[in-house]
Amino acid sequence: MSQEPKSMRCVDFQAQLPELVGSGTSVADHPHVKECALCRELLENLETIAQAARQLFPEVEPPDDLWEQIETAIKKDGKG
Amino acid sequence: MGQSRVPIKGPSEEVDGTEPTVSPVGPSTAAAVPAPTRENGGTGVSPELLELAQAGDHGAFAQIYSLHKRRIYSLCLRMLGNPAEAEDLTQEAFLQLHRKIATFRGESAFSTWLHRLAINVVLMRLRKKGLQLISLDEAMEPTTEERPGRSFGTDDLRLTGTIDRLALQRAINDLPAGYRLIFMLHDIEGYEHNEIADMLECSIGNSKSQLHKARLKLRDALRIRAREEGK
Repeated sequence: MSQEPKSMRCVDFQAQLPELVGSGTSVADHPHVKECALCRELLENLETIAQAARQLFPEVEPPDDLWEQIETAIKKDGKG
Repeated sequence: MGQSRVPIKGPSEEVDGTEPTVSPVGPSTAAAVPAPTRENGGTGVSPELLELAQAGDHGAFAQIYSLHKRRIYSLCLRMLGNPAEAEDLTQEAFLQLHRKIATFRGESAFSTWLHRLAINVVLMRLRKKGLQLISLDEAMEPTTEERPGRSFGTDDLRLTGTIDRLALQRAINDLPAGYRLIFMLHDIEGYEHNEIADMLECSIGNSKSQLHKARLKLRDALRIRAREEGK
């Protein structure tokens, strides 16, 4: 089925968006995105949020005594 | 305010995906245990170390804990958002690892295998808590604010360059459990939709849909927050 990009409504484009984003293709190159500022902004916002979120969760050290707890649990497990 | 904002980095600067470094904090390891390397597909665990641990060498297992404790604890903390539960789950993950390490056959990188094992421990805990990991209602019925084709006012949030770190953190924490889980697995932990679908026993389309709605909810939350701050 072919669809003229100019005839695509935002509602139709946004209904396809989860699939488009999840497909791994460049949604920014989609004809509707190129011609629609609102959907382009939506897309940019979602990507900005995803990028920002990745920086929110740095790796942290567990408490020093956690290994002792794990050792105890392993010993207990071995006896069981 | 400025210092609480997250500058947006390009993909090459992402902080996730790096292997944990060896830390002297933690278990005392046997002197005979081989030093960790980045060989063996970048696992950080040398084949010799792995073999020793698989044969039941306690020092080798302790060394593997040292290598992976940050990554696994951080994963549990992200997924549960609670340090006490994260400790508990990290302990459970390494206990499971101790039971199953002899079954590791090297079909994937060890770090990938361990990460997946830890994810399964987290998912088991979430299910035990009665959380609906996948909600068909959430996934299939758009709410008003999620409905495609909504209008965008001129006072909409412009997410250009920086995002309020605290507001985003709060918005993520406030996501419904199913949305939050898929958002964390995909956008933070880096799993693909087919892997998430496999873990959560849902369709790939469902995973894509829930991730999209999670991002929309975050956007809405940030816009609301920005409007409140502006008044």
